[in-house]
Amino acid sequence: MTAPAIEVHGIGKLYRLEHAGAGSRTFRDLLTEMASAPLRRLRRIQGSDESLEDFWALKDVSFNVQPGEVMGIIGRNGAGKSTLLKILSRIVEPTTGEATMRGRVASLLEVGTGFHPELTGRENVYLNGSILGMKKREMDARFDEIVAFAEVEKFLDTPVKRYSSGMYVRLAFAVAAHLDPEILIVDEVLAVGDAEFQKKCLGKMKEVSSGGGRTVLFVSHNMTAVRGLCSSGVWLRDGAIALSGTADAVVDAYLGASSHAATGTVELKRPRNASIWMTRALVLRNGEPSSVVPMGSELAVAVNFESNIPTQHPRFGYLLQTPEGEKILNGNNTYQQSPQFSAPVLTGSIVCDLGRVPLMPGNYTLSLWMGDIYTAQHIEIEAIAFEVAERDVWGTGQNPPPGSHLWWPSSFQFSEKLL
Amino acid sequence: MSDPSESRLRAPRDIAEPGRELVIRPRSGWISIDWRELWEARELLYFLVLRDIKVRYKQTVLGVAWAVLQPGFTMIIFTIIFGRFAKIPSDGLPYSVFVFAGLLPWTFFSNNVSQASMSLVNQQSLLTKIYLPRVFVPAAATGGALVDLLVSFVILGALMIYYQVPLTSRVFAVPLLVVLTAAASLGVGLGLAALIVSYRDFRYVVPFLVQSWLYISPVIYPVSLVPPGWQPVLALNPMAGIIDGFRSALLGLPWNLVTLSISSASSLVLLAYGLFYFRKTERRFADVA
Repeated sequence: MTAPAIEVHGIGKLYRLEHAGAGSRTFRDLLTEMASAPLRRLRRIQGSDESLEDFWALKDVSFNVQPGEVMGIIGRNGAGKSTLLKILSRIVEPTTGEATMRGRVASLLEVGTGFHPELTGRENVYLNGSILGMKKREMDARFDEIVAFAEVEKFLDTPVKRYSSGMYVRLAFAVAAHLDPEILIVDEVLAVGDAEFQKKCLGKMKEVSSGGGRTVLFVSHNMTAVRGLCSSGVWLRDGAIALSGTADAVVDAYLGASSHAATGTVELKRPRNASIWMTRALVLRNGEPSSVVPMGSELAVAVNFESNIPTQHPRFGYLLQTPEGEKILNGNNTYQQSPQFSAPVLTGSIVCDLGRVPLMPGNYTLSLWMGDIYTAQHIEIEAIAFEVAERDVWGTGQNPPPGSHLWWPSSFQFSEKLL
Repeated sequence: MSDPSESRLRAPRDIAEPGRELVIRPRSGWISIDWRELWEARELLYFLVLRDIKVRYKQTVLGVAWAVLQPGFTMIIFTIIFGRFAKIPSDGLPYSVFVFAGLLPWTFFSNNVSQASMSLVNQQSLLTKIYLPRVFVPAAATGGALVDLLVSFVILGALMIYYQVPLTSRVFAVPLLVVLTAAASLGVGLGLAALIVSYRDFRYVVPFLVQSWLYISPVIYPVSLVPPGWQPVLALNPMAGIIDGFRSALLGLPWNLVTLSISSASSLVLLAYGLFYFRKTERRFADVA
């Protein structure tokens, strides 16, 4: 048996975090803080302050990946997936453990790293390619393919700042897709571009992983993609491996666990530097928190929020998805008139009434975000999960046909007259 | 029609080195410089320099003329204020030629230091989204400034023709002096770039530092203005000996070998220290950026 392409042994990563609330938010806070404890900032910089908290982003992670194996890494946000990829890409150094990579490694954590807006498409292909580790010779040989894949032939000598965002992403991905490493590390980069291009990227990924015996590590929230592309999987939970095995088994276990954990209420943490943030998220069924919602019930999503600046117009949005990552509903109060606060507040709650959402039975997740009128300050991917239970919605004992995520109370009229 | 992906898969994989093993583990203390890695990635440095050169004067009307205008105007101002009003001696040469020969290496040095030190914070995705030999990022700034330096030589040539300052064979020392300037500025730039990643305070220090540095460098005054006993001390500033050396090489003034050798040594020490400090702190960059 040959040696594993990737051998990870006891990898751990320690971060030191400031306690929530310890950071300076406004200039005045900063001044008072400096006046009251002038040495605190210095001590914090030197890492000897008690307000620092140890946080293991990864703890004792070990696994092997055989040459030619495509491994999916799944888990909730903050479970340590990206940290793991960054360690294996040599971007950050582990605190403990050791990893051995056998073969030329290329990692793709972002499309278009190092793209310069002022440079032309052609110049950026070479720049980005060399940043990703390609030799000029390889880029010369593949240049035409890259351009054809990105479909930007006509704009090769136009600065990329004049590109549409779609063209930009296509060109960036095309460069990355033509890397020819023995080990490829890919973060959620496929979630870019339009649907058609995403399909093309997935196809390319499949081709990369099936041809040439390449070893691939693939992080995704898209469970369909993980099932389709990966042979094995690792599920990370709170920085440790919860389960590893075949991709199907790991995905099944992950989806199963995430649907049971929900109680209809989730406490949320303030992200660093957020000026407005959610403290609690709830799924409400007829006004009561519930993790199980029968088909056709009144469904609402609600949050409690806090802000360090009095705010009158908080923005709140949700994205309803299947656990596989398919998007079903996306809504927020940015584009839609809604009564807000009559005077600025520091804390409050928002209930977003979704009405009788016609969801089919199954598991769903809600990603939530909260922001001020300028930017999203707190984004919580898959903040809360709930299950839609079967119910006799038509009173006929028959359920709507499976195969879609929504059912619809459509009515049928019959007539002998032709239209 | 042939499938383009097919041909790609059949392309010779001559670059890949099978059997190459990379071990990732925590390191501590001073880390040696991986020269082999730098050599293998040399094309990346080339593309980064090329980018800096191409981007430098994009969307400007005057383009590369800015490389001439900046030191040109500084020269005029310095000549009026320090040459005419303050009557600072200039080793018997016309003050404008004298000060311009000093401004050449000084502008190169100060541009390098400012740009190299901001290069990492301005391109954070190169730290947090990909691994590459990071020392190339500040180093590329030097390559870009080199073009400005070359252009400035043209004005100096014109000035020398106008004032009939003859060229001597000493001019062949110029490339060596340029290398020394690059070494000193890269050393300072690397150190500051690494500091700014962790402590953004230093981004406010850089402009002040560069401005103060001008006054301890013999740009507007000749080294001979400094008492002889203090000249070796002045030469601890690498730019002192280098600027003096530039004047000797370009304008035919006698070499001051004491200051030149002290300054050369301190350039190399700065470069070595900058490189090793950068290397030592590099592994934390992505964590704190």
